[in-house]
Amino acid sequence: MKILVCISAVPDTTSKINFTADQKSFDTGGVQFVINPNDEFGLTRAVWFKEQQGAEVHIATVGAASVEPIMRKALAIGADKAFRIDTHPLDGFLVANTLSEHIKTEHYDLVICGRESIDYNGNMVPGLIANHCNFAFINTCTSLTVDGNKATATREIDGGSETLETQLPLVVGAQKGLVEESDLKIPNMRGIMSARTKPLEIITPSSLETLTEDLSFEKPDSKGAITLIDEANIDQLIELLHKEAKVL
Amino acid sequence: MSVLVYLESENKAYKKTANELASYAAALANQLNTEAIGLVINNDQPEIIGGLNQIISVNNEALDTYTAEKFASLISVAFEKSGAQYLVIGSSADSKYLGGLISAKSSSGYIPNVIALPENIEGKTAFKRTVFTNKGYALTTPKTKRCIIGLSKNSFGSVRSDSDSRVESMILDVIDDPVSVISKSTVNGKATIADADIVVSAGRGLKGPENWHLIEELADVLGAATACSKPVSDLGWRPHSEHVGQTGKPVATNLYIAIGISGAIQHLAGINASKIKVVINNDPEAPFFKAADYGIVGDAFTIVPQLIEKLKAFKAENA
Repeated sequence: MKILVCISAVPDTTSKINFTADQKSFDTGGVQFVINPNDEFGLTRAVWFKEQQGAEVHIATVGAASVEPIMRKALAIGADKAFRIDTHPLDGFLVANTLSEHIKTEHYDLVICGRESIDYNGNMVPGLIANHCNFAFINTCTSLTVDGNKATATREIDGGSETLETQLPLVVGAQKGLVEESDLKIPNMRGIMSARTKPLEIITPSSLETLTEDLSFEKPDSKGAITLIDEANIDQLIELLHKEAKVL
Repeated sequence: MSVLVYLESENKAYKKTANELASYAAALANQLNTEAIGLVINNDQPEIIGGLNQIISVNNEALDTYTAEKFASLISVAFEKSGAQYLVIGSSADSKYLGGLISAKSSSGYIPNVIALPENIEGKTAFKRTVFTNKGYALTTPKTKRCIIGLSKNSFGSVRSDSDSRVESMILDVIDDPVSVISKSTVNGKATIADADIVVSAGRGLKGPENWHLIEELADVLGAATACSKPVSDLGWRPHSEHVGQTGKPVATNLYIAIGISGAIQHLAGINASKIKVVINNDPEAPFFKAADYGIVGDAFTIVPQLIEKLKAFKAENA
């Protein structure tokens, strides 16, 4: 089985988000970038397939050279080969389109993307890829097994879950649950050393078409002051929620 | 160049989010001086949603079970046939599953997590959407002639309309889906994080899973869904499906009650779209107190049981 894990570089979840003075873009100053958490769950599952079922695991990232450190980290976690698609990921369509171009040349059986990246929250890349490449698609995936050509997966739905069955080739939208948080792999020294010499190819995409454009960015208004209620006066909380906030 | 809105059904009836989606579509159509058309699949009473100029009702046994490829294909065909400029969809797990697929099939841009009607920026139609899990907003414009708008839950609100919508049946082909559903399990009779008006959430301050009966009891009184912080789900005290925050579920309820949750930046991002936030924590320095509307400093184990009793009395009085 040949697997591609699509990886985004996103600000660490603890980051404070700021935009540039002209409000045209995200201010990356002082921001630590990490593997998108949803992608990391997918990567860990892919490495499990490699260890248990002998899969070959590639990763691909759309971005400038500045994303290479997180790609090396993915290689240190256990991926075999990396591809960097050399352009700025301006919208979900561009990302999916350039990844699909790569997927068609490498003939993967399984493509794993995070269900969304935690920066622009587009939640569209796996679906777009599935359609572009004519693969089956399972989103918000919380478990995945592959037996020959048959894949069985669990999908999180609102208020429950569903068990689904399909055939490879398949695109999966990964999220927490696909592997346990405690099973996420931290690269060891051997992994880090070997990652330095693993192949990282750079691809120039043939089309840079986008379907949407972010014109400007804003930060949310700062929050008004809290109303503190004495713990001996719980009735006051109920009254405020009823009469002032009107949510009871 | 109308506005088409896909209104999800469950067990042949509208899902709760349908009112808000129809309200948004009607307002968008009004702003564009055009018609709003609903698209409804396997619903016994499509006419009960008001405020739309027309409702297209599709009925087919093959659509009783939701699978994304099948639904996306059908909705894309309806989008094409209707000649609509915009397709509005919701933010449920099922609708988000459809977004990318319909975008590809209809060659139209998809703007998810939209929270308002469009505004004009330098002659372009820009939709305000949340990015960085509610830590920021982007104003995004479509570059395609047709566009899909994914409306964030509880962002626009519902407008009551007494005018009936005219229903027309439409027959559309249903494709075979490469993905099939083997089984489905849902928690019956309990509010879910996705559609509850109130969410009661707790963190490590609750000290252990054995104390969650307090949270469940409080949720029962309020008709609320239960949720938890990331450490609680990582420790296995509660299922992953209850984890709310940046890497878990987003919450956009009317009332979010956080008990024994300190308020890490990732958690606050995930719940920021909720309208009213209440925090109960014994640490007055907990960051949550800076992000909430109402707060009580004190021990959850003494406050929550009192709150349950007082809310029961309040509910009995206001029933």
